[in-house]
Amino acid sequence: MKAFTYQRADSTTQAAAAAIKPGAKIIAGGTNLLDLMKLQIETPSALVDINRLPLDKIEEAPDGGLRIGALVRNSDLAADPRVRQRYGVLSRALLAGASAQLRNKATTGGNLLQRTRCYYFYDVTKPCNKRNPGSGCAALAGFNRIHAILGASDHCIATHPSDMAVAMRALDANVETVNREGDTNVIPIAEFHRLPGTTPEIETSLKPGAIITAVTLPPPPQGVQVYRKVRDRASYAFALVSVAAIVDSTRSRIRSARLAFGGLASKPWRVAQAEQRLADAPANTAAFNAAANAVLEGARGFGGNDFKIPLTRRTLHGVLAEMTRT
Amino acid sequence: MDQHESNAEPKPFEVTRRTVVETGTTALLLATLPRAALAGPVDDNEPPPPPVTVELRINGRPHSLTLDSRTTLLDALREHLVLTGSKKGCDHGQCGACTVLIEGRRINSCLTLAVMHDGQSVTTIEGLAEGDNLHPLQAAFVEHEGFQCGYCTSGQICSAIGMLAESRRGMPSYVTEDLTQPAAELTDAEIRERMSGNICRCAAYPNIVAAIKQAAGTPT
Repeated sequence: MKAFTYQRADSTTQAAAAAIKPGAKIIAGGTNLLDLMKLQIETPSALVDINRLPLDKIEEAPDGGLRIGALVRNSDLAADPRVRQRYGVLSRALLAGASAQLRNKATTGGNLLQRTRCYYFYDVTKPCNKRNPGSGCAALAGFNRIHAILGASDHCIATHPSDMAVAMRALDANVETVNREGDTNVIPIAEFHRLPGTTPEIETSLKPGAIITAVTLPPPPQGVQVYRKVRDRASYAFALVSVAAIVDSTRSRIRSARLAFGGLASKPWRVAQAEQRLADAPANTAAFNAAANAVLEGARGFGGNDFKIPLTRRTLHGVLAEMTRT
Repeated sequence: MDQHESNAEPKPFEVTRRTVVETGTTALLLATLPRAALAGPVDDNEPPPPPVTVELRINGRPHSLTLDSRTTLLDALREHLVLTGSKKGCDHGQCGACTVLIEGRRINSCLTLAVMHDGQSVTTIEGLAEGDNLHPLQAAFVEHEGFQCGYCTSGQICSAIGMLAESRRGMPSYVTEDLTQPAAELTDAEIRERMSGNICRCAAYPNIVAAIKQAAGTPT
């Protein structure tokens, strides 16, 4: 680990002021950041510890939604009775991620900002445009079983590993931030994570020095909520494909559906066209196929991850069939 | 107040009488190795960062430490306090061997800095037994042979203590059928899912589940 100075922040604006300095990094749960610091993939010269800031509450929002403080631990968010009652897809997605020990530490804000688990991002002896811009992408012609089939570029085919963010994408969450001047900003979750393009090292639309203070959820939409995660072992593994689905249906007819996918891209993947094909549609194979075709439009495998294309189709079929079974 | 002072500068041959009395020869050997050799990758070409002071309450006793800010909680326990019951398996949060309880909640001590826990209480495997009376989970692991080599065991037991507390608080798991119900029964499937952060390379899993199941029915 490279040497760093350690500072505990007393306020969000103070933390933002400290974090905007070159080389500074915010630390919350630290479960991903410290892992990367041990490998010298992250080498901050200053750590700003925000764990003592009062951002650990889950509050009712005036519109009937919830406001989740950035420091609410993943385990506490998953176990919150309001989340379990009204946002089951979020609770289930959180419980599908990592281990109980990690969920006890990992925070809402940190989960959104975690880095990819691409093997070549982690292997400092290999080229990686995300870790070392301009060095190339070893995953393109390497072992790419866990990599993206949608939204990738010739510069980077890494995926974002979060389960939580996938559920939040289906729920149309918003990310609240503050800067050192105290100015607040709201970033819709759809715009929070970025596609790699030619700058895969820029992963989010969070402005330098801005700090996540909360994630807000609108009132829960109508329908049944499901999170289905497909992975190489039954627990404690990242998703190959995951689906957060919210489906409102009656008598084998779908009124509306929301579908967000994990494991496919550098951001939770949601396609309006797919949901339109399920709106006011019969709950049958033809409709499910039409939705899957829309989700997978432009999908491209890189050898090791070709299987994700049919796996996404089958997972979506399975989820929709289960949710609309009468 | 019982104070245990420790410095960021390696003092390889400084051994106090208490250290000897408390830890015996194996731990003493570890304690005499230069700390830099044990504390994970450090860059020798740069000056160390300013030391930080940390107050921790460990197994009920207060400790004051002066540490390199890079020191993980696991390294503070093992290398500075010679509490070597918590094990370093992968050092990357993937195996669970380093599991300890902070304010009663289980965490991976390898993936957190000691300085981040200033003022907090830590429970390690060394703090569970009362004299010669084993904690019910320790006794259950012995009875059911919840281990072979034993390297993961302290992490398994600390994790199980945290897990049973979570279960009593009504926390759900990924395999909990109905999230809207306050508490799920601790079936084998529930225990396996809730303990998935602790890897056992000897694969003593059936016995670990049996031990935890027995202890879950024991008032602790």
